[in-house]
Amino acid sequence: MTRRSLIQTAAFGFGALPAWLTRAAAQAPNGKKKTLVAIFQRGAMDGLNVLIPHGDKRYTALRPSLAIPRESALDLDGFFSLHPSLKPLYPLWQSKQLAAIQATGSPDPTRSHFDAQDFMESGTPGRKATRDGWLNRAIPAAQTPSPVRALSMGGTLARSLRGPAPAVAVNTLAGFQVRDNAQKDFMSMYAQSPDATLKSTGKDTFEAIRLLDSINKNKPASTATYPASRLGQSLAQIATVIKAGAGLEYAFADTTGWDTHTGQPARLEQLLTDLAQSLAAFHKDLGEQANDVTIVTMSEFGRTAKENGTRGTDHGHANVMFTLGSAIPGGKVHGTWPGLEQEQLYQQRDLAVTTDFRDVLATAIRHHNPATDLAKVFPDYRFRPIA
Amino acid sequence: MLRQFLALLLSLSLFPAAPTKLNKDQRALHAASRLTFGPTVTDLAAIHKLGVDKWIEQQLHPETIPENPALLERLKTFETLQLSNKDLIAQYPRKAGKGAKNVQTVYRELAEAKLLRAVHSTHQLEELMADFWYNHFNVFFDKGADRLLVTSYERDAIRPHVLGNFKNLLLATTKHPAMLFYLDNWTSVSAENLDNLRDRFQRKKAAAKKKRAAGLNENYARELLELHTLGVDNGYTQTDVTEVARCFTGWTIDGLRDDPKFLFRPLMHDRKAKTVLGQAFLPGRGEEDGLQVIDMLVRHPATAKFISTKLAQRFVADTPPPALITKMAATFTKTQGDIREVMRTMLKSPEFWAASTYNAKVKMPFEMVASALRATNATVTNSAAIQQEFRAQGQPLYRKGEPTGYSPMAEEWTNSAALLSRMNFGLALVQNKVRGTRIDLTQTLANKTKPTEIAQALLLRAPAPETLRAIESKSETNPAQIAGLVLGSPEFQRR
Repeated sequence: MTRRSLIQTAAFGFGALPAWLTRAAAQAPNGKKKTLVAIFQRGAMDGLNVLIPHGDKRYTALRPSLAIPRESALDLDGFFSLHPSLKPLYPLWQSKQLAAIQATGSPDPTRSHFDAQDFMESGTPGRKATRDGWLNRAIPAAQTPSPVRALSMGGTLARSLRGPAPAVAVNTLAGFQVRDNAQKDFMSMYAQSPDATLKSTGKDTFEAIRLLDSINKNKPASTATYPASRLGQSLAQIATVIKAGAGLEYAFADTTGWDTHTGQPARLEQLLTDLAQSLAAFHKDLGEQANDVTIVTMSEFGRTAKENGTRGTDHGHANVMFTLGSAIPGGKVHGTWPGLEQEQLYQQRDLAVTTDFRDVLATAIRHHNPATDLAKVFPDYRFRPIA
Repeated sequence: MLRQFLALLLSLSLFPAAPTKLNKDQRALHAASRLTFGPTVTDLAAIHKLGVDKWIEQQLHPETIPENPALLERLKTFETLQLSNKDLIAQYPRKAGKGAKNVQTVYRELAEAKLLRAVHSTHQLEELMADFWYNHFNVFFDKGADRLLVTSYERDAIRPHVLGNFKNLLLATTKHPAMLFYLDNWTSVSAENLDNLRDRFQRKKAAAKKKRAAGLNENYARELLELHTLGVDNGYTQTDVTEVARCFTGWTIDGLRDDPKFLFRPLMHDRKAKTVLGQAFLPGRGEEDGLQVIDMLVRHPATAKFISTKLAQRFVADTPPPALITKMAATFTKTQGDIREVMRTMLKSPEFWAASTYNAKVKMPFEMVASALRATNATVTNSAAIQQEFRAQGQPLYRKGEPTGYSPMAEEWTNSAALLSRMNFGLALVQNKVRGTRIDLTQTLANKTKPTEIAQALLLRAPAPETLRAIESKSETNPAQIAGLVLGSPEFQRR
């Protein structure tokens, strides 16, 4: 469906055109908006078995039963390799769209999932009382923004997107509906209400409902095959909204289960297969529009350099982040390798952090919107761009 | 034109936009809306019988009101609620083993009990206060060991003090293993070695910083000042945070794995001299360092003001009038933190009864759902679906990750997804489509079928004419559908 046909559908289906849509149509005739997609891998991914430092001779020694053999991994630059399950992403590495940033992490030393996720999502390491999230603070004010300018996939609004800028939490596009045919009644009730605050929320809500409904009903068949997983389905729906040219600029999705204390090999294989297939499908699905989309992945911390006694790894420190798109030059591993020798490890057990995770996020935001006020997004932080 | 004029006339005569003073019925509804989890016909009858002042006085003394016997019977069936930390850990190990009970039961009973109390307790104000103080001293249920500590935390540290003395309440939270674990104070140890280091290598700040991370933990100290007592940036500095953290070194947990208890461990304590909020603490002391900090904080005028403001934001208005805060804070100071007296000052103030506060607060999700269950006289046999609803609306019980607790401000709850959830919840409830919950709508509505009567029965007041018109213009006149529209109306989202 073209943008024009979406606008027509919206207009014929529901009467007057929402103000944001007319405005967006007038200002962006090709309907293109840049979109930043943040993906959170909850549970702490074992970065050392994802972006594998085969060039460091300590790697195999630290992980007698978990080390990925060099010959089965995907060579990146002679030093690093990718886990074999990330094969669907390898073409994107070769076409220089996928970038890896090694040894990233937080200046805060916590090994608590809860604290570390919270710090990463609030964007304020060490500070627990921050109410809003970094991604919400990155959203600039707008006169009549699209009702789906910021989308959080899942039942609740993600911590990263919480804050004063409007953001919508959506489980499924199809499920974002008023039940029992009561929509029209509620719509007229809220439209007429003397309660200014709720009238305005009602307006946003019904605009989002109508828009998502229209997008969902008119979506063209996708050529990409997504996994049936939480991440796959989240990305499929984000792609649908992007392709409809509905003004989506900030999106958040997450994937869980990365806390591999036991039986890691099979679990990591499954998780990485899902990640790779989901991202590859997303990229294929977007077609040319992929050029306007930046994806950044993160996980709260890495895992111990040494394997534990239960074929797994425990909570560690630095990890790897990936970007897909043109924010950070692809086909390259960025950052500095801290080394795996005992004295090089953080607290003698974990990969040390050499790049602040905010450097990656800030680079992605600045690429997405060069006017972003980084002091607002990441207070008390000095920007060191990744290039 | 004529219609507009008539509508204007109607709204002016029947629904004065800003009455200067609440009439008797409005005062009764206002009291019931603010001091219960949702007004019911029974509440209004009690207020009319006793008079609003006496009814409030009763609510301030819950021990004088007989508790709902059906509620007590029901709560007796929740076996985890009365267990000690030790017994909970023994019977509900976090990793399932042979003969172990299902650890999910702990959350299920805790959350269901909170909901049932909110809906059915006759001690409505006490329940609101329990919710307020738990939220003020928030602990995240899902942070590791806290899954088995929150039951005792709410029961033993919060509930006994909700209308009592603030100092006792504060100290009970400080010492409870749930809080010690949640904000990491149990790991915080003396930085004496660091001090030696600092003396010798004054300039090597980086090294000192690294060392500090492994020893002293400032999390609790910071939230104690910022969220529990003084309020953010209210007369303390980063140095005070560090000094307070040093005072609380050694306040730890003994037996975290099998029988968690508060313990002051002298070996972990920083015995050097400290300066807190300008006051010198002598060296060589132990637990009394922390106790003195608590004492200073409770007496601090910023605490009186901060606690008064938070109470007024929950019970009066998002932006409470400064004059009200001044009065409440004066009571707080005069009574050394008597919460009941601070509440009484608030409830006797003209600001509480100002017409501008009438139905001015947007309900938090927990309040919205509880009030819908109260308005429809619902029976909840299993609250799993309702707990899911709290999650969908953004307020899962006991599951606020940040120590800030949930915000009582309208802006937090007026977003698209949450509003959509509210509308759908109301519609599902009245049609008996919420699993585990049953209502008898015909009985609740006393066979009333007209939209205006149904609205009145659920709101206990007339809705705005615009809302009524929207409901009346509906082609379908099924009472359940109309009731669903009323529960999803802007009016029902406020209290």
